[in-house]
Amino acid sequence: MKKTLMGNHAAAVAVRLARTEVVAAYPITPQTQVVEALAEMKASGEFAGRFVKVESEHSAMACLVGAAQTGVRCFTATSSQGLAYMHEMLHWAAGARLPIVMAEVNRALGAPWILWTDQTDSLAQRDTGWLQFYCSSNQEILDTTLLAFKVAEELSLPVMVNYDGFTLSHTYEPVDVPAQELVDRFLPKHDFALALDLADPKAFSALPKPQEYFRLRRRMAADMGRAHQVIASVEDEFARLFGRSYSAVEAYKADDADALLVTTGAPASTALDAVDELRKEGFKAGNLRIRQFRPFPAEALRAYARPGRNLVVVDRNFSMGQEGIFCEELKSALYPLKERPQVFGTVAGLGGGDITVELLKEIWLDAKQGRGDALQPVWMEDAR
Amino acid sequence: MTVKTSIPQDEKLSAGHLACQGCGATLAMRYALKGLGTDTVLVIPACCWTILAGPAPLMSVGVNVVHSPFACAAATATGVSHGLRARGNEKTAVVAWAGDGGTFDIGIQALSGAADRDEDIIYVCYDNEAYMNTGIQRSGGTPAGAWTMTTPGAAGAERPKKDLDAIIEAHHPRYMATATPAYPEDMVRKFKKARDIKGFRFIHILSPCPPGWKYESDETVMLSRLAVQTGMFPIYEVEEGRFKLNVPVAKRKPVAEFLRRQGRFRTMGEPEVAAIQARVDAAWDALNKRA
Repeated sequence: MKKTLMGNHAAAVAVRLARTEVVAAYPITPQTQVVEALAEMKASGEFAGRFVKVESEHSAMACLVGAAQTGVRCFTATSSQGLAYMHEMLHWAAGARLPIVMAEVNRALGAPWILWTDQTDSLAQRDTGWLQFYCSSNQEILDTTLLAFKVAEELSLPVMVNYDGFTLSHTYEPVDVPAQELVDRFLPKHDFALALDLADPKAFSALPKPQEYFRLRRRMAADMGRAHQVIASVEDEFARLFGRSYSAVEAYKADDADALLVTTGAPASTALDAVDELRKEGFKAGNLRIRQFRPFPAEALRAYARPGRNLVVVDRNFSMGQEGIFCEELKSALYPLKERPQVFGTVAGLGGGDITVELLKEIWLDAKQGRGDALQPVWMEDAR
Repeated sequence: MTVKTSIPQDEKLSAGHLACQGCGATLAMRYALKGLGTDTVLVIPACCWTILAGPAPLMSVGVNVVHSPFACAAATATGVSHGLRARGNEKTAVVAWAGDGGTFDIGIQALSGAADRDEDIIYVCYDNEAYMNTGIQRSGGTPAGAWTMTTPGAAGAERPKKDLDAIIEAHHPRYMATATPAYPEDMVRKFKKARDIKGFRFIHILSPCPPGWKYESDETVMLSRLAVQTGMFPIYEVEEGRFKLNVPVAKRKPVAEFLRRQGRFRTMGEPEVAAIQARVDAAWDALNKRA
């Protein structure tokens, strides 16, 4: 059934459809409506799960660590400072192999105080062991949240579903809300093999020897490697059931393109318009959208790497002292190739500045002509 | 002579744990488990019991243990409780088991939140009055005048012990109690009682520590008893707001008898001892007015 939903409500509806058993969350702009919508659904009886109104984000994740250990399906949502405050627990949730799902509404980090979107909050969590997806539409927020539960439970690893603060979180779009029966088929009741069993007491996350710790981390890394196939097969199943398909990297008019934009999140949908306009103007433009960040889809991206065809990454995030994080990751993915394309980095829209069609066209044209200095990222602002 | 005791005979805590000789916190766990029984999940943050419960793959307690980071024993226990209750289990006791550092200091936010929400958990602070697992550093539970590695001067810790029990009581818990291993029947009874109450419960255990307090390991029970008999650690409970003094002390011993037996107070002068005596006298008067 089509409904007009803001991004935050699309996430909340997915949590309800997944028959999530425990939600623990703390309010932060721009995530707040996820929490409010769930509280309303709980009050009206639409949502049967438990909702723990914790006193902080650290406790939100700590609560879910405890709940997930008992084998129930768990969810939280946060943004920015809240995610940073949760940081310790993100490592813990992943290390304990708990399939927790989180909606992360991308918002820039202070200081100074800033409310609007960028991705440095979630990308700074890249080494925590969470899978990460970046959505470009509200439909995708709903669908990815459902996918996330399935993927998390198959891998026993937590999954973060990221989307742009305000641009998606507060914007209404038509969203196809799937029928409950269909979601129940896709997401049967969670049966967690590592759940605590009262008849067979164990200690969870107890101190191991270094050798055991090493092996546990190695096994986790192997499961992250395996995640590529698991995600692809879950996406296939999702497409068969719901008729919408997703993949780690989504290419648009890339086959014959002279240069490619590399984009993520909501600006990746703006990029489609930029490509269309450039095509109308006679340029062979194309776009690659990176939807999956962890595990990083290096192999999928290498398929689009052709020597002589420049790639230009639009990063709405920045690693101080280095460069945009998607750019850095892309370069590292392409490095093993014998012949590599030029990769240019662009930093744009930090703290929520608009990434417009015009700006993206300018970025593409620059990249096509080739920049003098490929080593430095270019900071681009839309002056309009 | 046969002494009849209300304490269950069977042991849930194995003898092969890794505690220091004379550890008060192992006595506390032993009696707690006797009161709680095996239908219990322990949530243990960073503290001595992280190690005493057994490094993997060993386990010294016969119940499930969920280890948690330092700041969040109460929040993790909250989650375990909601997870079990969500699947229809209303009876398993979920117990956060934390030291004074994890309770008075880094864990107090999560503890306050859980108490405020009346979460269905039992929060236990076994209080050995410093960060003992990391090697004796001052915590909010360290009393004035005590030597620790981070209060190394002759004066010891400058500030009096934080009144945690008053803070907890201000949250209107269903049940709260103090206990110490010298009074095992009282302690076991309190755990049994707490087990059968729904909602947030809190038990504060004074837990003497031979290496941290600097006394001989066979004096743990004696110091535990002296803490009560000098009035430094009164044994009471508060159930739905009703206060009850469980161990009345008709003739309190001077606090010096407790203090002078411990190396951590070795350099304490007479004026400081007198100041502590005055503070204990005042606290005891206030307590007697409630009883």
